[in-house]
Amino acid sequence: MQKDLYIFSSGTIKRKENTIYFEPKEGEKKYFPIENISAIHLFGEVDINTKALNFFAQNNIIIHVYNYYGYYSGSYIPREKNVSGELLVKQVEHYLNKEERMYLAYSFVEGALFHMQRNLREYENTEEFIFKIKQELEKAGTCNDINELMGCEGRARDAYYDAFNVILKGKFLFEKREKRPPKNPINALISFGNSLTYSAVLSEIYKTQLNPTISYLHEPRERRFSLSLDISEIFKPLITDTIIFKLINNNMLKDEDFDQDVNYCYLSESGRKKFIKEFETKMDTTIKHRKLGRNVSYRFLIRLECYKLIKHLLKDEIYKPLKAWW
Amino acid sequence: MELSQELRITGVKINYLYVCERKLWLFDRGVCMEHTSDKVLLGKLIDEFSYPKEEKRRILIDDLICIDILDEEEIREIKYSDSLEEPNRMQILYYLYYLKKLGIYKKGILNYPKQRKREIVELTPEKEREVEDAIKRVEEVIKRETPPPVEKKKYCRKCAYFEFCFVSE
Repeated sequence: MQKDLYIFSSGTIKRKENTIYFEPKEGEKKYFPIENISAIHLFGEVDINTKALNFFAQNNIIIHVYNYYGYYSGSYIPREKNVSGELLVKQVEHYLNKEERMYLAYSFVEGALFHMQRNLREYENTEEFIFKIKQELEKAGTCNDINELMGCEGRARDAYYDAFNVILKGKFLFEKREKRPPKNPINALISFGNSLTYSAVLSEIYKTQLNPTISYLHEPRERRFSLSLDISEIFKPLITDTIIFKLINNNMLKDEDFDQDVNYCYLSESGRKKFIKEFETKMDTTIKHRKLGRNVSYRFLIRLECYKLIKHLLKDEIYKPLKAWW
Repeated sequence: MELSQELRITGVKINYLYVCERKLWLFDRGVCMEHTSDKVLLGKLIDEFSYPKEEKRRILIDDLICIDILDEEEIREIKYSDSLEEPNRMQILYYLYYLKKLGIYKKGILNYPKQRKREIVELTPEKEREVEDAIKRVEEVIKRETPPPVEKKKYCRKCAYFEFCFVSE
């Protein structure tokens, strides 16, 4: 089975014949069979040469790079082999047509808010927050433009994050969402988790013919792979947030898992490792798919979301966002 | 030769016509799932490692049709399994037809190395008409604006497009 490879230490990645190895600055070389890797995540300072990059391209392996603070900073993506001119045209068409765009944008919000409510239902005393989210979802259904829709999504998310203090039983106080830089442990966890989810979605989009720059809820102008942001919305509550609840409520995090100062808070290496361990476990978790009658992993659910979007764009079947039924 | 100008149909498309019209339509639009399938990978490996002594392998003609093995007397197509005999037969018949239009007359052999089985395929006037009919039908399917609807077949679950076709919500 293919796995994502995470490299935290500094060193060199090299190709040796038909395999690759990582040589840390201190310590033993480690070999990795190429067939077992689906993507590589680099957190440390890593040297890599074109011989290795060519080898990764041949094997369709994406390399995601994160900066010193663990933020996603970019990807090395092999030459696009899955191209469909027709699908690209349809993707653009759905962006340019206001109604079509609103339908897809709303669908992503619908999926996101559904999963937020689903998370909150697992805990007591969250009714008022669920109610607020529900109200925003209703309003979202009547929005006429993307800005209004984004407003609903934003207010629903505020209510959702307010509920975190109830869910986390005050173990870590969460005042408001701050991104750059995150200023407290919860913000650090959310930022890190969303980074991982974003790159996992990008990896899956890349395995399909969708163009990751053309999006509906987010503006393609954002100079990012904004379709990845769109699809991530559905999966952030399902993946990132459930991991955060688990890590905190089971007292799995310690002071040394964070790197804190007055105006910032990041996950330290030990914190990132803990998070990634849970993240990989989550992504490999399987559920029996009710339509396919086959076990699928969370990671594959992301791919299925891409397939559904393709079917919508080709006017094959109308897109309905994933709503976890299990 | 004029044929290559008007006919831009690959052997795979003829094969897919007989497997599933929906798959043909999607494949034609570049919405491919083959790269995600372990079965397809197995097929590729079988093709690569069977008959190591043959020299003329994977011959591309007119930048369009790709013949697995080309011999003096015959062309050969290597398949992983004989479970889809009819599509495989039509694919090699199409190659024979195409070559005939180029003035090359050969016999066809379908090789199933895993089953240690081979089948000889010859282009008769009757088969020729069948190929011409298939070409027309491929064009009709491809012309459609939207993909042909899902049609449940007994081999759907083994197809690389299974999840794509059957996922909803």
